[in-house]
Amino acid sequence: MRIIPLVAKTGSPEGCDDDSGVVRKLDLPLTRREFLSGSGLLFGSLAAGSLLASLAPSAAWAVELKTLDEAQGATLMALGRVLYPHQKLPDAVYALLAKDLDAKAGASGDTAKLLADGLAWLDHTAGGSFRTASRKRRLEAVKSMEGTAFFNAVRGQCVTSLYDNDMAFAVFGYPGSAWEHGGYITRGFQDLKWLAAPPAEASPPPFF
Amino acid sequence: MATFDYSDDSVVVVIGSGAGGGTLGNELAQKGIKVVCLEAGKRQSSALFINDEWKSFSQLAWLDRRTTSGTWRIAKDFAGLPAWICKTVGGTTTHWAGASLRLQEHEFRARTVYGEVAGANLLDWPLTLAELEPWYAKAEDKMGVTRTNGIPGLPGNNNFKVLYSGATRLGYKEVHTGRMAINSQPRDGRGRCMQLGFCFQGCKSGAKWSTLYTEIPKAEATGNFELRTGAHVTRIEHNDAGKVSGVVYVDQDGKEQRQKARIVCVAGNSIETPRLLLLSESSKFRDGLANSSGQVGRNYMRHMTGSVYAAFRQPVHMYRGTTMAGIVRDEAGHNPQRGFAGGYELETLSLGIPFMAAFLNPGGWGEDFAWWMDHYTHLAGMWLVGEDMPRATNCVTLNREVKDQWGNPVPNVHFDDHPNDVAMRNHAFTQGERIYQAAGAIRTFRTPPYPSTHNLGTCRMSSREGDGVVNKWGQTHDIGNLFISDGSQFTSGGAENPTLTIVTLAIRQADYIARQMSEHAI
Ligand SMILES: Cc1cc2nc3c(=O)[nH]c(=O)nc-3n(C[C@H](O)[C@H](O)[C@H](O)COP(=O)(O)OP(=O)(O)OC[C@H]3O[C@@H](n4cnc5c(N)ncnc54)[C@H](O)[C@@H]3O)c2cc1C
Ligand code: SF4
Repeated sequence: MRIIPLVAKTGSPEGCDDDSGVVRKLDLPLTRREFLSGSGLLFGSLAAGSLLASLAPSAAWAVELKTLDEAQGATLMALGRVLYPHQKLPDAVYALLAKDLDAKAGASGDTAKLLADGLAWLDHTAGGSFRTASRKRRLEAVKSMEGTAFFNAVRGQCVTSLYDNDMAFAVFGYPGSAWEHGGYITRGFQDLKWLAAPPAEASPPPFF
Repeated sequence: MATFDYSDDSVVVVIGSGAGGGTLGNELAQKGIKVVCLEAGKRQSSALFINDEWKSFSQLAWLDRRTTSGTWRIAKDFAGLPAWICKTVGGTTTHWAGASLRLQEHEFRARTVYGEVAGANLLDWPLTLAELEPWYAKAEDKMGVTRTNGIPGLPGNNNFKVLYSGATRLGYKEVHTGRMAINSQPRDGRGRCMQLGFCFQGCKSGAKWSTLYTEIPKAEATGNFELRTGAHVTRIEHNDAGKVSGVVYVDQDGKEQRQKARIVCVAGNSIETPRLLLLSESSKFRDGLANSSGQVGRNYMRHMTGSVYAAFRQPVHMYRGTTMAGIVRDEAGHNPQRGFAGGYELETLSLGIPFMAAFLNPGGWGEDFAWWMDHYTHLAGMWLVGEDMPRATNCVTLNREVKDQWGNPVPNVHFDDHPNDVAMRNHAFTQGERIYQAAGAIRTFRTPPYPSTHNLGTCRMSSREGDGVVNKWGQTHDIGNLFISDGSQFTSGGAENPTLTIVTLAIRQADYIARQMSEHAI
């Protein structure tokens, strides 16, 4: 897959007050139609006016699949949303889950089969289509698979696919790398104001 | 930097360059003793460290295969990763948080003070606090520990403010920004802490003490010290007289090498150290080197641990600034009325989003898990660390079914929590939650132990030969020129983070080795 990184945009130090952290540049997955040669395409766009849309130069994103088909990719995204339901995380993040599992399926026939079988079983348990089933039914289907190899593989992958990326950092307010900003020594490491400051014996002033 | 010949049998070989090995190697080199330090990992630097949790983890962590067994939750959550330690020059002092506390007087006499504890293999140290005090003072000076040697404490971050507020409202008295081997002001050629918040990822400002950029370059400057990186020791050899004569290692090109030695000191951290002794079994030492007591690998301790995270209505941004930003010491004493022996510390801790997802509740999913992640900016966190009971059955053994990249049996780490550990953990969880409730938490969460960061006890010190592996100098009872120079020596764990004591013992051991060498005793 070819990912076209979006232009880096760093957060402003002014943003480092109590209410907002500095937010990092975004690195949206983006694939151009003309490069496509894979088995499927997942695409969408960031909601207009959302925090992420304001950080990214373009709201469109796309992920090309090499082994899984579009329906399987979309079902994995829906499964990711049941496992880790974050309203504020855009579909683009859940598409990373599909992308990473697609890569694993491409590398191992066993994994491809595990995923294909598990996804078929999910659809079956949810009464035909996991994606269009009711919320309740989706949750029941996932619960019924807890502890299976398929469940463990997808859940384990979520931990890094969903949470170790710039979009998630921005949504959860985690600024990531601090070194290039000079750390927090002058950027709010002790700016919490809703509790009294500890006395100097307990917490001496910083050295400048 | 010096280079020594493979056949030079006058050198001291030090295995590992972390807290124990790095310190010992430098101390010996300063005294004019020739040292070859063999380190399995590669050399990084502050410039190369990465402010990114997973990338840094792959850069620094020890990821060779290991297996687990026992009833501890780690065996289920992280079956292949019993310990969170490093394979890199500087060892785990690249990852460590810097908390530097002395053991308490009574902790050296755990068996006497706690009495017989069923299911525990408690023993008094062959050492007292009074004997160690002058050495502790040297270690604190070397490491630049705050609140010692006139060095001011670090400024507390937001995470500390929450801890301080809750703890003092609860009536705790000893609450401050800790004794940390992190520069609060420039010292020893290193700058002051920039409050980066990536202490676990290698300190990019060099404010935090690590043997990587303190002991090792100082040792190299003496001309008596050679560091070989990517050198993974697989065997310690001995002669007919039963003295160790050298080591075999796989070098950075994957080639096997043999380095002769007058003395061998093992400081590979408490899993690799006993593993290496066991791997060095021979027809003369069928159960492994220095194992006539049968105690090599046993009494593995990992400290009672756990974490408490709490969500607040208002933002905290706990990730800003030092990871371990402050401490509550009031529970550190031995007070059996609480229902357990020994004590514990409560220390702030913070994880970034990637590690939070992995460690908050391993295996967890669903709306509740998502709720905690959604509240990330409004969380405060603390780590609980206390004394756990040594048990003969908690042990590092060779798993002959599974082989590492060099074809050697991997270590298996077996651990069952002692009822005392469980009782202490529950007490600590409750107190941690009460602290945050007193500060106004809307919800609190009990996070189970992370893979072990404090690994101790697998070659313990004892006055009697049958009770342990080494004497009070870390010299093995069985083989006079074989030393253990890391946390494996600990007879019992104490409540305190162990590294200051490891460094203290290494400084003292260097002194002993130098004396023994000049007296031609070894
Ligand atoms: C995240 C984290 C935070 C921590 N925070 C604190 C803290 O605040 N306070 C505290 O006191 N402690 C802390 N610790 C613990 C501290 O890091 C260790 O106690 C200390 O580093 C142990 O020193 P060591 O010399 O025994 O082993 P290490 O420092 O782990 O060094 C062992 C070295 O030996 C090498 N090695 C192993 N086997 C071989 C072999 N066969 N051949 C060649 N080389 C080998 C390894 O690659 C490694 O570099 C923390 C640990 C972690 C992981
Ligand atoms: S917070 Fe301080 S000690 Fe920790 S990594 Fe940053 S500069 Fe180093």
